[in-house]
Amino acid sequence: MTPPGTLRAAWLVARKDLTIEFRTRTAFLSAVVFAVLALAIFYFTWDESIVTAADRAPGVLWVVLTFSALLGLQRSFGIEEHDRAIDALLISPISRESIYLGKAIGNLVFLCALQAVALPALIVFYNLHIASAILAVSGILFLAVLGIVAIGTLFSAMAVNTRLAELLLPMLSLPFFVPLLMCAAAATSRIISGAPASSARPYLNLLVAFDVVFVVACTLAFPYTLEE
Amino acid sequence: MTPPVSRATNERASPEVKPVLDWFFWLAVLGVVALYVRAILFTPMDAMQGNAQKIYYVHIAAWLPAYFAIGVMALMSIVYLWLHDERADRLGEACAEVALVFLTVGLTTGAIWARVIWGAWWVWWEMRLTLALFLWFVVAGYLVMRGAIDEEHQRARYSAVLGVLSALLIPFIHLSVYLFQARIHPMPVALQPGKPKMSDEMLVTFLSSFVVFTVLAIAFVRGRYRLALLRERVQAQLEAGA
Repeated sequence: MTPPGTLRAAWLVARKDLTIEFRTRTAFLSAVVFAVLALAIFYFTWDESIVTAADRAPGVLWVVLTFSALLGLQRSFGIEEHDRAIDALLISPISRESIYLGKAIGNLVFLCALQAVALPALIVFYNLHIASAILAVSGILFLAVLGIVAIGTLFSAMAVNTRLAELLLPMLSLPFFVPLLMCAAAATSRIISGAPASSARPYLNLLVAFDVVFVVACTLAFPYTLEE
Repeated sequence: MTPPVSRATNERASPEVKPVLDWFFWLAVLGVVALYVRAILFTPMDAMQGNAQKIYYVHIAAWLPAYFAIGVMALMSIVYLWLHDERADRLGEACAEVALVFLTVGLTTGAIWARVIWGAWWVWWEMRLTLALFLWFVVAGYLVMRGAIDEEHQRARYSAVLGVLSALLIPFIHLSVYLFQARIHPMPVALQPGKPKMSDEMLVTFLSSFVVFTVLAIAFVRGRYRLALLRERVQAQLEAGA
């Protein structure tokens, strides 16, 4: 039997992770509950008469998504530590890049599914009227999540092998999320407030550039984080 | 009784255990003392900013070595991934620690100066402040991660990966803060952060502060590198003894 190509192998790894998640649903349910709970709590942290709900919705969305993303990312390599399942992945005849890509695809699906719940919850709780902008907002979400996944998957692999484990992941990855979050929040607030699409353009360009650079860099860097 | 072990111990323990604090370090300290005697007693006061301007001789001087050390750290990360030379890892670690110290000095003195001159401790839209703050977090994360890994090759590899990615991150933070700055307001409050014209005495003090701080940073990196060597040696002796 010939070993599968990089992309095919990546898909197999992703499917394995998603099957585990689909059958147990532990990480997804806790991330969803966390996200919706945080959306509700944040509603009460501003004075409604000073800042309207529509004005703070983008900021809330991005804070909530970042932290619920970290919940999912922590599990990504955490589940491989049980019974040293990672060793089985490493001796299988697939390249290390495809392990990374597979994990990243799994995380991407996880986070997109999370958003599919969080975004409608935001629209309901914050009474947003953005029916026309929903596609644009989803697009921005996807661009930002792609960058979060690229960085987060790599750092998740590194963090599980340290003494601090889960504690290290936010500390390493949050500074890397800064440009993503700044640009995504700015672009979202422009779209939601009905400003012309062109005003969001520079932020989107930066998001795309970030995604390209870090998807490539993290894929190349991943083999160095595994034991030789 | 066990010759291989004792020979290994001897090799590690033997020659050239150089002192961490040597003449070069004390020369740098002397330079710092001389600089501040000059800055406080023999340099005229700024007409507009008064005594607050004297913080330039700490604040601006601290940035040069901080950014230089971060640059060397990133470069050493690439060198390590390429050559797997442990000297590059040690130098990268030393530079990261020194960068953290100088960034901390720069950020705190900057906030003190800004409170007096701009009227605010912190101005988010000032690009240099924000960039420096996030660099501080990146370097702090690098050092915390190093502290959380026991196996030295793994620590070196992870550090190098993080060092390279950090170098890639810097332009993105810079650009995103720039976009925000362009949107909100051009420059902070009434007084510009730009340097007023300096008298010759001030300029000499100012330029010598750069030289002194750079020498001090090199002395720190040098000492920290030797400390890392000593630590490894002690570690090896402990393992050989165990």
